[in-house]
Formats: sequence, C-alpha cells, structure tokens
Amino acid sequence: MLNKPEALATLESAGIHRAGRWLVRGVSMSVDAGEIVTLIGPNGSGKSTTAKMVLGILKPDEGSVIRKTGLRVAYVPQKLSVDWTMPLTVSRFMRLTGHVSDDEANSAMSSTGISHLAGAEVRNLSGGEFQRVMLARAMARKPDLLVLDEPVQGVDFTGEIALYDLIKRIRDEMHCGILLISHDLHVVMAATDRVICLNGHVCCSGTPKAVASSAEYKALFGARAASSLAVYEHHHDHTHLPDGRVRHADGTVTDHCHSEDGHHHEHDHDGHEHEPHGHDREARRDA
Amino acid sequence: MLDDFFTRAILAGIGVALVTGPLGCFIVWRRLAYFGDTLSHAALLGVALAFLFEVNITLAVFGVSACVSIALLLLQKRATLSADALLGLLAHSALALGLVALAFMTWVRMDLMGFLFGDILAVSKTDIAVIWLGGVVVLAILAAIWRPLFAATVNRELAEAEGMNPERANIIFMLLMAAVIAISMKIVGVLLITAMLIIPTAAARRFAAGPEQMAVLAAVIGAVAVIGGLFGSLEWDTPAGPSIVVAALCLFVLSILPVFSRTGAKPAGPDSGSPRAHKGARP
Repeated sequence: MLNKPEALATLESAGIHRAGRWLVRGVSMSVDAGEIVTLIGPNGSGKSTTAKMVLGILKPDEGSVIRKTGLRVAYVPQKLSVDWTMPLTVSRFMRLTGHVSDDEANSAMSSTGISHLAGAEVRNLSGGEFQRVMLARAMARKPDLLVLDEPVQGVDFTGEIALYDLIKRIRDEMHCGILLISHDLHVVMAATDRVICLNGHVCCSGTPKAVASSAEYKALFGARAASSLAVYEHHHDHTHLPDGRVRHADGTVTDHCHSEDGHHHEHDHDGHEHEPHGHDREARRDA
Repeated sequence: MLDDFFTRAILAGIGVALVTGPLGCFIVWRRLAYFGDTLSHAALLGVALAFLFEVNITLAVFGVSACVSIALLLLQKRATLSADALLGLLAHSALALGLVALAFMTWVRMDLMGFLFGDILAVSKTDIAVIWLGGVVVLAILAAIWRPLFAATVNRELAEAEGMNPERANIIFMLLMAAVIAISMKIVGVLLITAMLIIPTAAARRFAAGPEQMAVLAAVIGAVAVIGGLFGSLEWDTPAGPSIVVAALCLFVLSILPVFSRTGAKPAGPDSGSPRAHKGARP
C-alpha cells in the first residue's frame, strides 16, 4: 500500500462569500488517498459549499484550494433530476463524463448490484436504485477522489447500511480518497477515518469518537445529540420493522429492543466498545 | 436539377432540418424553447442592420443573435430579473427595434413577410451552399462538444467537477444556435424557426432510447416534415414555411398516438416506479 503520499485535495483557510455574508470561512482540511472523511453539520452550515470548493466548482473568495495534479475526480451530487424529455439509460449514464469500456461498466454495475438495470431509463429508478447507479458511475471512472453528497438520502435504514458497506468497499478496493457529506448529524459510518463538523467554520474534527465527545460538538448540537452520535461500528443484530416491532438475528420478532441489543438509537455508545464488524453483519442481513 | 425551384427548396429545407434536429434536442432538454424564440426575434434586427450597413444578411443575423446570446449569459449572471422575463425583454425589444429600424429606412423595399415566415421557394444555389456548408460546420462542432454539453445538461456541477468545462460548451452551443438561426431564417422565417427546433425533437422523443439516437431521429423527422410540407404546399397552394411546420406537427401527433406506444422507448424491465419491496421488512 502507498504510504502517506501528498494529500489528494487540501483546503487552506478557504471561504466563500455570497450576498454580503460568509457561507463558510476559514476551512482547512484535506483528503488523503484511501481515507474516508465525513462532513457533518446542521443545515446551511456549508457542507455542500465546502465539498464544492474541494471539487473546484466554487472558487474560494479567500484562502486556497490545492488539488493534486492530474487528480481524477468522481462526484455524486445531492440532486440530479432527469425528466421525460431526455432518454437516458443506465448504461449511457455510466458513460456521462468520459469513455468507460464495457468491462469496466459491467464490473461497476455488478459490484453495486444493478446489472439488471443496465437498459432501464434513469428517470424510472427508485431512490435506492438511483443512488446505486450514481455510485456505479462514479466507480467506473476509477477516481482518485470520490465526493459523495448525502449518498443515502431517500434510502431506508437497511438500504443505508448496505450503501455504507458499498462505500467502504469502494475505498478498500480502489484505494481512493472519499469525501462524504452526511445528511444525518447523528450517523457517521464506522469506516470514517475523520469527521469534520462544520458550522460556517470547522467546529471540530477528528475521529468519530473524538468528535462525539468534544465540547464544541456538544455546544453546537446539545449534550443529547452528542450522546447519540451513532457510529456504525455496531453489530446490527436486530432490525426495526415498519410497524415498530423488532426482528432479531435469530429470527424472533418482539415489540421492543432487548436491553442487550447491539445498537439502537438512544443508547450511550461511550460506555462500551464494539468489536470491528466483519462479514457477519452482511450475513445477518441476508439471513 | 438545381434549376428547378422546387428541388432547390427541398434541398435547402432538408439541410436546415438535419441541423435543427440535433440542436433542438438540447433546446428541449435544457428547456430553452423561449431562448430559441428570443434569438430568432432578434434576427430581424440583424436584417435591418444588414440593410443599414449593406452587409451580408446571414452574417448580420449571426452577429446580432450571437450578441443577444452573450448579453443573455451576462445578464443571467447578475440575475436581477428572472430568466424568462429577461428573454421576453430581449426578444421583443429586438423585434421591435428591427421593425422600427426598417421603417426608418424608407429607401429599402423589402418583403417583410419573407423574413417573418420565410421564403423557401426563392432560395438560390448560393443559399443552398451556405446552408449545407454552414450545416456541416455546425454539426461538426456540435459533435466535438457533444459529451461535455450533454453531461452539463444532465447536471452542470457534476460535469464541472469531473473536468468537462461546461461553461465553454455552453458558450459554443449559444453561438451554434445563432448560426443556425442565421442560416435557416430564409427557410421558415424568424417566427417559425423555433418550431423546427422543437417539434421534430418532440416527435423523436417517443422512439428514442438514447440521446444520440434522439438527435438522429429528430433530424430525420425534420427532413420528412420538410418534404411533406413542401409537397403539401405545392398541392394545396399554401405558404411553404408554415406548411412545413404543420407537417412537423402532424408527425408529432402521429408519434403520440397510442399505436406506437413504447416502441423501443424502453426495454421491458424492472422500472416504471413499480412498487419495490425495499421499504421496511426484509425477508
């Protein structure tokens, strides 16, 4: 494995000024190869703006952006709508911004589980399918840097876990740097190496655990939020069903979670350590 | 065979249709129908200026349309008025300026109707050469910027992030539009050019499975409309330009008839927003 090459992209006290106010200011951060960096923060805290500076869509009004020369970028935007007037199949969409060979397209589609959708029109996909298609397209580009703006929005809880698994796998297989914007303050994927918490500026950053216990994070989101910053490094040994009941790994269904259940939304995660998850989680989901 | 006015008209019309089809796709995808209108209305100002400075009409129209496109790009960046209000302002002031300027030039005796509705039956061999040469150039440039332009149409920020330079593609596209207005004004007239951009494209949508296919289909449908319209105009003694547009409209109506439902538009597959079992319980 490569060891600590120069950062893929670096922001140095960068800021964007629009209509008389600073959307973000003084943001310094970097993304290295093979690293997952997650941006969290309340609405309007400048997460997308920061990502757009990293991508070069927005030029900072102060500070600077340094991108590695020849950096190959893939971007999964927050919103992308394709209306009826545009005939666009998944396989054409895979080749939107550059040539992709059939083999590359097929392997990206099969690893995201959308091979059967190759001929389908993009506008007819469901939310979860569409996010997978977006990821497949990004993968097929073989990027050095992958920027994901709220990749799990509109996807249900189970789908969310599967997408996070997929993102981790992309990082592991392609060894690219990933900048991820999380739509949910309280949920950060386990594979995240660094969390950067924004609120118009970098409020705090560090490992998910360090951020959750930092005073700035608590001040911004309140102690209750801090105590519920859930990190997906749990064994998901139970699933919440739509009717409120809970299905456990052994197949039993109960009205509530057991106290010994691995993860649910209000437990205090500081109190105990979880083992790193492996394939057992996947096995459970498929069980 | 070029000595026959009817053959010349058909050749000129097909030349125009082959260019307006692919460009029209972008007009429809990007919801720029009113932009096409604005440019073609501005063309009349170009005609007036051509008479005033005694320059080539096609060149003058191209120049004015290009200026209007650039003005629009700049005004949109400042964004004081909404885009449609800006377009309306530019379209009708350019049209009015053109009409007023022509009225001042009392020494000019011109057939205003010919510019408003086109005079395809009067095209010369030179006109045909201009249309086909200009058309080839426009299509070649469009092919060269196709990928970035299409990517930017799907999502501008995505295209920009992945290094496609959508800004440049946009400006080139606007200039191509100006060129198309200039070379096709004589065929269908300034009031009906937008129809040639939009109607064949709309008719093609139903049968296209991909963007490139849609562009080719739009060009073919436009050419068929030209031939049908011209023969209809000969048969029933109707004005040629409007007849072509009516023929295109007929093709569009045909295309939306349920008889052709879903032919090739979409492979049968898991789509159509059918309810998915991905919400909630997993088996």
